[in-house]
Amino acid sequence: MQLTQLLRNSVGRKLIMAVSGLLVTGFVVSHLLGNLALFAGQEAFNLYAAQLQQLGPLLWLFRLGLAGTLLLHVFFGIWLTLQNRAAKPTGYAINRIRSTNLAAKTMVFTGMALLLFLIGHLLHFTFRRIGLPPELAHDAGGTLDVFDMVTLSFQQGFPVLLYAGAMLALFLHLGHGLGSALQTLGACNDKFLPGVRKGGFIVALALLLGYVSIPVLTFFGFVTP
Amino acid sequence: MNLTLHVWRQKGPEDRGRLERYAARNIDPELSFLEMLDQLNGELIREGREPIVFDHDCREGICGACSQVINGEAHGPQAETTVCQLYMRQFQDGDEIYVEPWRARAFPVIKDLVVDRSALDRLIEAGGYISVGTGGVPDANAILVPGEAAETAMDAAECIGCGACVAACPNGSAMLFVAAKIAHLASLPQGRPEASRRVCSMTDAMGREGFGNCSNHYECEAACPKGISVKFIAQLNREYLKTLPKAATSKAP
Repeated sequence: MQLTQLLRNSVGRKLIMAVSGLLVTGFVVSHLLGNLALFAGQEAFNLYAAQLQQLGPLLWLFRLGLAGTLLLHVFFGIWLTLQNRAAKPTGYAINRIRSTNLAAKTMVFTGMALLLFLIGHLLHFTFRRIGLPPELAHDAGGTLDVFDMVTLSFQQGFPVLLYAGAMLALFLHLGHGLGSALQTLGACNDKFLPGVRKGGFIVALALLLGYVSIPVLTFFGFVTP
Repeated sequence: MNLTLHVWRQKGPEDRGRLERYAARNIDPELSFLEMLDQLNGELIREGREPIVFDHDCREGICGACSQVINGEAHGPQAETTVCQLYMRQFQDGDEIYVEPWRARAFPVIKDLVVDRSALDRLIEAGGYISVGTGGVPDANAILVPGEAAETAMDAAECIGCGACVAACPNGSAMLFVAAKIAHLASLPQGRPEASRRVCSMTDAMGREGFGNCSNHYECEAACPKGISVKFIAQLNREYLKTLPKAATSKAP
């Protein structure tokens, strides 16, 4: 067997989904841990942002790797979903669900929503083209105070709602995805199987609460320099 | 008891098919679901109408032929039960019951409730066996099997190949069926020599037969009349993972 056969095999493609998904989740976790520095105040948060920028080429290597992994995940996710739709051309007149859940059934939709959110998020905080409060817009190209950028952005209602909504999609996506990835990697047996499924939702819930706390607490004025 | 049935009728593979309504009258609650259909068919024949065609064989829950989705559940509402072992006492007088064939691209409808499940046979042909030399009867206990491995293999070997897992899967995937076979053979020493080739060729065959990919909804486990656990899917995935180092170093044929 050749390694290229991985791409032609159903289990092989699922392995790519699982590994790329877990890698991106690793970033999602570290991104949250870094961003929680916002609660440590203006100085700490700006220091964190500056030190990230200082990584230079290493940062770009990481960004490119992450983007490639994510694209792989999106591509294979859509491919697998289209195949699955084709494998079930006719549904039932009556459909009774015994085991699956909303999160599992909406993976492709929450995934797409997250991709759209990611594009918006990059335009917002990385490229600084949209969503910035007017008092910062003129300064967008220059040296921007990252703390001000985040806190002023989240003093507007619409971005807060949008970010919270996207994090709900993240919760659903990871809620099913984490347990599913571990099953695909063969980590489940009699002992772990029920726990892995619940565990995925618990980790996803922790990420949801962590991420949502940033825009929501900022909006209600809990984040001060 | 009196029931209203909505049964899928389809003249042949090319027919579009439709649900038709039937009144099942004076049904004894102690009849099995198939016997209830037999009674209804008797009435249809007496009236000169075409009887409902459905698959059945052993009528004792071990052959896996009675492939019907009843009220949206493969083999009906009772857990770990085939349609022949489902009794009418599970229903209430006056119930409306929908009866549909297995739905999946890999299982084309032949007529009414009968589907062609030979795709499962071709999955077995792809590697669901062990190659043994012919000759004299081997000595008993020549190959020692640990008790735990024998138990695991037996749990997986309970699969009767009915296809309920495919019917219940939102993706029309045969992963639980293949996993049961892979786990059954890979757990035993006799199955080890071909384990790597088996998992690759059987999972390759899944795609060729038009089955979908497993996305871990676990509807299969809930529908399985033999209660095959999705832990065997993880075991299949492990067996597949084990083949990768070999694949990475092997040259193109």
